[in-house]
Amino acid sequence: MSTAKTLYDKIWDAHIVHDDPDGTCLLYIDRHLVHEVTSPQAFEGLRMSGRKVRAPEKTIAVPDHNVPTTSNRNDGIDNEESRIQVEALDKNAKDFGVHYYPVSDIRQGIVHIVGPEQGWTLPGMTVVCGDSHTATHGAFGALAHGIGTSEVEHVLATQTLIQKKSKNMKVEITGSLRPGVTAKDITMAVIGETGTAGGTGYVIEYCGQAIRELSMEGRMTVCNMAIEGGARAGLIAPDEKTFEYCRGRPHSPKGASWEMALAYWKTLFSDEEAKFDKVVTIKGEDIAPLVTWGTSPEDVLPITGAVPDPESFSGGKIEAVKRSLEYMGLEAGQKLSEIEIDTVFIGSCTNGRIEDLRAASEILKGKKVKDGMRAMVVPGSGLVRMQAEEEGIAEIFREAGFEWRLAGCSMCLAMNPDQLAEGERCASTSNRNFEGRQGYRGRTHLVSPAMAAAAAITGKLTDVREIQ
Amino acid sequence: MEKFKKLAGVAAPMPLVNIDTDMIIPKVFLKTIKRSGLGVNLFDEMRYDREGNEKPDFVLNKTQYREAKILVAGDNFGCGSSREHAPWAIADFGIKCVVSTSFADIFYNNCFKNGILPVVLPQDQADILMKDAEKGANSIIEVDLENQTIASSDGEVFGFEVDPFKKHCLLNGLDDIGLTMEKEDQITAYESKAAQMFPWA
Ligand code: SF4
Repeated sequence: MSTAKTLYDKIWDAHIVHDDPDGTCLLYIDRHLVHEVTSPQAFEGLRMSGRKVRAPEKTIAVPDHNVPTTSNRNDGIDNEESRIQVEALDKNAKDFGVHYYPVSDIRQGIVHIVGPEQGWTLPGMTVVCGDSHTATHGAFGALAHGIGTSEVEHVLATQTLIQKKSKNMKVEITGSLRPGVTAKDITMAVIGETGTAGGTGYVIEYCGQAIRELSMEGRMTVCNMAIEGGARAGLIAPDEKTFEYCRGRPHSPKGASWEMALAYWKTLFSDEEAKFDKVVTIKGEDIAPLVTWGTSPEDVLPITGAVPDPESFSGGKIEAVKRSLEYMGLEAGQKLSEIEIDTVFIGSCTNGRIEDLRAASEILKGKKVKDGMRAMVVPGSGLVRMQAEEEGIAEIFREAGFEWRLAGCSMCLAMNPDQLAEGERCASTSNRNFEGRQGYRGRTHLVSPAMAAAAAITGKLTDVREIQ
Repeated sequence: MEKFKKLAGVAAPMPLVNIDTDMIIPKVFLKTIKRSGLGVNLFDEMRYDREGNEKPDFVLNKTQYREAKILVAGDNFGCGSSREHAPWAIADFGIKCVVSTSFADIFYNNCFKNGILPVVLPQDQADILMKDAEKGANSIIEVDLENQTIASSDGEVFGFEVDPFKKHCLLNGLDDIGLTMEKEDQITAYESKAAQMFPWA
């Protein structure tokens, strides 16, 4: 038998606490990220059974889903239920002694942006969070995935998780991306290719020249949406860019410890002979700027395309497409570039990092948001917001007519007051276009930050390559 | 956790594919800090109009499905978020078994922690149960976890796969935190080994 291992195999093997003959493993968890929505019942469970958090020093909590993004938010949260949830996290973090970034802290932000930014997420680690977009952290070559609240309680109490190994899938993006095409388009292209259930049962390793050429921010965007393809996790082998990103972060190792870590991190790649259960290859130069037209992330097409005919699908998807076209208020055959929009949202753990804001501001420089449109930027963390202000990016957004908000999940899932009205149509840099995701009967088109900026200028879904 | 051994009941048909967690339990109900009471909001946006009135054509609002214990659904059920509110709402409504051709990974795991059995069947068998479910109150579907079988009202029996450990926990209503706590020594041993090998972690 070959001893060649994939990156996933290597990380898995390094974290086995116990394995049963049937393949059930107890896996050690290096980092547990916690937010206010999926944790209250888990902390309550600990209290009821008189248990402690086993490793509070490896547990990091931050409120993000419910927090208002308006400047007066330190005065308190109006919505009573949201306030109770955030206050519960304040209390739980204090009572159980975990690391905490409260709303008032400049470092507060979306949990998946704060983790890497603070150096909590490092190569080779296992990272979990009661949140499906934990996949984001895979960009560092960390095995990272979402868990439910019962599992949150399990990790809090034991710092382990009962797991069975997934299969290995390799997604290779060859060559280079064309101008106007971004990490978001890569990740949407992959889902378009495999479908939202195509990754079920797999951990995906993204590789190939186009992935290597991405910045860490771009790689996080790619891994972030691995879950939209159904995969348990997405991974990218660490390289010099990864090490550079990690160097000097508040919680990354220093001195001799850094050297030791670095030597280990350099062993984290899939061996040449390693076997993958499934391989998908996409040519980087074939990827165009993409948009979604339906209510599933697999409903993607190049911006140059047209709304598809439900009858061109098969099985249960025919009914699903009919339903989503009705929901979206679209007709088969309509050109995507003629769809008029009301709102632009730039933000989320998919596209709320500094590079995303830079990309959007490049397009917006010297331009104005179309009259009557609502346009909003919500930086992914307080530090991203600060950096954007220092770089003059905030000013570009403001001058163009965007609202410049404080950090949080915001209109990605609209648990706070940032919501679409009924029938309102949005070009959004988030990750889910499900029915009602951004507000009751709101309509979402997923796009990259550059495409969102282009749409803000013209008031329609627009091919960013046509904006001068 | 409640034990799951056998179940017999009416099954509600939902042939839609990609039923996501936002449909199962919209985010406005995620603001609770409790696990209970979510059943009335299961499929809220599909089930009620804006004023809170039931939509008569939604499956769970039809007389014959109000007491459904089983749900037969289209492919990729439970995709989307990790919210355990989805299985909490399903269980609270009284549904203890969901049948589909595939489930999203996190949702699938979450079911077992809440006494719900997710059953994966090939398309042709799922189709037969979907047809059966469409017959309404007179068609009782039977699930037997011990023997890993599900039977249509016509007595057609299909076998299904389930992970032995998950099956064991569900059959006996076991809380797996307690089980893991019994391995405390091994966790401690791992931690001291890791402290040598990965001191930065
Ligand atoms: S930004 Fe959106 S996807 Fe990301 S953690 Fe927040 S709600 Fe979830």
